[in-house]
Amino acid sequence: VAVSVHVVNVLLSGIFHAAILFLVAAGLQVVFGVQKIFNLACGSFYALGAYVGVSAVQAFTAAGGPPVLFVLPLVTAGLAVGAVGLAVERGLLRFIYDRDETFQLLLTFALVLMLEDVIRLTWGTAPQSTGGLYLVYGQVSLFGATVPVYNLIVIAASLAIAGGIGWLLTRTVFGRIIRATAENREMAEALGIDMRRVYAKVFTLGTALGTLGGALVIPATAAMSEMGIELIVEAFAVVVIGGLGSMRGAFVGALVVGVLRAVAISVYPELEMLLIYLLVIAVLVLRPRGLFGVVAP
Amino acid sequence: MTGRRVLALVATAMLALPLVASEYHVTLMLPFMAYGVVLLGLNLLFGYTGLVSFGHALFIGIGAYTGAVLTTHTRVRSLELMLVAAGVVAAAVAAPVGALCVRYVKIYFGMLTLAFGMVFYTFLLKFYRLTGGDEGMRVLRPSLLGLDLDGMGKVAYLVGPYYYYSLAVLALAVLAMWRIVHSPFGLCLRTVRDNPTKAEALGLSVRWYRWGAFVISAVYAAVGGALLGPPTGNVDPTLAYWTHSGNIVFMTLLGGFGSFFGPLLGAFAFIFLQDTVMSVVPYWRLIFGALLAFIVICAPGGLMALFTRRREATGG
Repeated sequence: VAVSVHVVNVLLSGIFHAAILFLVAAGLQVVFGVQKIFNLACGSFYALGAYVGVSAVQAFTAAGGPPVLFVLPLVTAGLAVGAVGLAVERGLLRFIYDRDETFQLLLTFALVLMLEDVIRLTWGTAPQSTGGLYLVYGQVSLFGATVPVYNLIVIAASLAIAGGIGWLLTRTVFGRIIRATAENREMAEALGIDMRRVYAKVFTLGTALGTLGGALVIPATAAMSEMGIELIVEAFAVVVIGGLGSMRGAFVGALVVGVLRAVAISVYPELEMLLIYLLVIAVLVLRPRGLFGVVAP
Repeated sequence: MTGRRVLALVATAMLALPLVASEYHVTLMLPFMAYGVVLLGLNLLFGYTGLVSFGHALFIGIGAYTGAVLTTHTRVRSLELMLVAAGVVAAAVAAPVGALCVRYVKIYFGMLTLAFGMVFYTFLLKFYRLTGGDEGMRVLRPSLLGLDLDGMGKVAYLVGPYYYYSLAVLALAVLAMWRIVHSPFGLCLRTVRDNPTKAEALGLSVRWYRWGAFVISAVYAAVGGALLGPPTGNVDPTLAYWTHSGNIVFMTLLGGFGSFFGPLLGAFAFIFLQDTVMSVVPYWRLIFGALLAFIVICAPGGLMALFTRRREATGG
């Protein structure tokens, strides 16, 4: 019995992590799919969402807001700070769409550097947390393991967002435009689609997914200035394993990375990310388009 | 001709520097010379072969840790042996890693190198019995050309013998790289960069040339990495972290990847600018990020493009 409880615990913590990873990776995928830019700054957006989320919750609590409702300011702040994406797209990215992808990659690296210090300047270097709000919804017993209800809420929310993205991509006009652009930009443009607006919207959407992921993770942990550059390599692993540009890939990749990492930590902590990077290398060497990718190198 | 005059001037200035500059500025030159060696190699891959590695810090880490392991776990204290060992280990690692990486170009090449870099970073972090984990390892003061200099003060050692030793290594690295890029091999690399299909049609094995450039650049990175350890007396895993890989690509771009000496100028500007900024505010990343964004958008030729007319990457 003790063993199976342990297994459930490990799996659930892995799935919780996967739920967060999926959001960031989905943002990375939609941007790569449409704009063909591998956004290294997606981890920084995640960190930014986390910090803004903490501040919003702290302000909410200080203003006397009921603890049970803390997710409202958290989610609102997480989504609102996604507007940074619009500023970045209009202010920086739009100048380099016709450049070599090396320059695009380096521009997003410039964002990583800048955002890291913006966070240090604004929030300092000490970790920020939402205190005891994590367990405000209590814990439930699931297959013998004790799980914070908040984790289940995040997993459910992430699943709902995955469904929402699927609906957006397959059932709406905007989704059709996104898919058409990903497939053939010139043709989409020739059919009268205003690329500037599509790019601005897509990048904002991608950023908001990342910032929301950051906001949602924060009650379970603390915001730290390195969290962004650490997450980007995990999100990177997710999209490589799942396949660049594929939403289904982001979903399955996040599950693989999240659960594998949780298992590695519980079985042999030294392995932690090592196992995942080795998997990334194996995928890149044996099947570079990943599980669901369509773009072959 | 003016190029030669500038070069002679710079060389004289660097020889005379310890006599005229403050000790502080002379010690700042040490990481510059180490990164200079690293960037000469990186640019063989980036500027001359057209492959952007986002995991080159892997080889800096290999070089630095090879040196550190030799001084702490064995009795080897000779810097010559440390540099040679760093180069040999890097070549041994780069041969298989490169063979896998050069099967791809562009973003996939970048991703694969990043993944290999992170494997090594995690290894350094987690296998602390050998590597000291996140605290890193000490690097004991190496002897130079068989001379045991333990009796000297630390600063005197660094601004004196170690400075000239690094300068000599950098000069040798420049000479060797100059020969490489101006050899038929270097010409083939540029052909492979500009038109791989045509290169293949001409009978060149594109992969072989890319692999060769990868291994050479790895050896350079490791030799430079081994030079980084002794001045601080310490190496740690952040040397192999992916942001460090990003920073060295940044340095190359800052100086200009389209010219032979551009990356050296970039390393120099990066280190002295970082020092200046950090003496005023600790937020150098914010300023450097903005600078990088500016270069990418407005001045992709880097600093070198400001000084020279538009030249091909033939060194002028």
